[in-house]
Amino acid sequence: MGEGQFRLGDDAVGRLNELDERAQKALDRDDESELDRYLDEMAALVRRDGERLPEDELLPSDAIVPPSDMTLAETKMFFSEQGLIPDVSP
Amino acid sequence: MGLMSRTSAVVRAWYSKFLDRAEDPAVTLDYSYERQLELLQNVKKGIADVVTAKKRLELQTKKLETELPKLDEQARQALAANREDLARAALERKAFAQQQLQSLDQQIDDLAAQQDKLSDSEKRLSAKVEAFRTQKETIKAQYSAAEAQVKIGEAATGIGEEMADTGLAIQRAQDKTEQMQARAAAVDELVESGTLEDYTSSGTQLDRELAQVSAQSQVDADLERLKGELSSGEKQKELEKETQ
Repeated sequence: MGEGQFRLGDDAVGRLNELDERAQKALDRDDESELDRYLDEMAALVRRDGERLPEDELLPSDAIVPPSDMTLAETKMFFSEQGLIPDVSP
Repeated sequence: MGLMSRTSAVVRAWYSKFLDRAEDPAVTLDYSYERQLELLQNVKKGIADVVTAKKRLELQTKKLETELPKLDEQARQALAANREDLARAALERKAFAQQQLQSLDQQIDDLAAQQDKLSDSEKRLSAKVEAFRTQKETIKAQYSAAEAQVKIGEAATGIGEEMADTGLAIQRAQDKTEQMQARAAAVDELVESGTLEDYTSSGTQLDRELAQVSAQSQVDADLERLKGELSSGEKQKELEKETQ
């Protein structure tokens, strides 16, 4: 998140989904250090195995890796109804 | 549902709330573009806020750094005046100032990292908004209304994700800045209420005591001088008497 878009092969997507499941479980357990570790691994995997999309290509992402530097409370708020992002509608 | 798909959902919900779509694709396109430019402005403003916060911390750092040699000097003066208690107080204050400096350095580094990240996002976002501008003209010219709607959805979501990302990063940077300001304000309040002495303001208790010490020794020296003058004056008179 916040680093641009990447294109991933099927193999990498599979590994990413595995990490995602573990990250979800860590969040359910309120285990912040585990959660951060998995999110960091996910971001590293995307950076390493992904191909960066050119900046003038406008495509929706299939998935977005959440940032790992949020606190547990921030992460929960982010996924709550309201969301962490402020309401910007005029 | 995994975290990635939940993140995508949050991001898309945010962007579609941001863009309440008009029926006519051509209008939607222009409207999206306008809103994107607006958001880009917000991002630039957010970066400026981070830079301002960083500058403020850098100023505080400088102020503290000039304070260190002064406290050293005070300790030296106090020792020379045989006031070890005052020297100790000055050195304690110096240690506290050094701790503060370390934590300020850490905060400045954090803000610098955030600034870099946000600037990167801003560049990428600018490029995307520009690409959207070009694409929207092509879409308007080439597609039927129904096809255009689909195309717009894709392009706008592509941008929306980046926008939401950056919006989140800006929000968090601002939260951090506010926390730091709140802490600084809390310290100010303590200083004002007299609970904590401000070692950076002039005329602290330590300064006053040191001034007293040096005034005292000045007074002592003057007294000695006057006594000396007086007694030599007396002697002079006595001598004069004797020779008469």
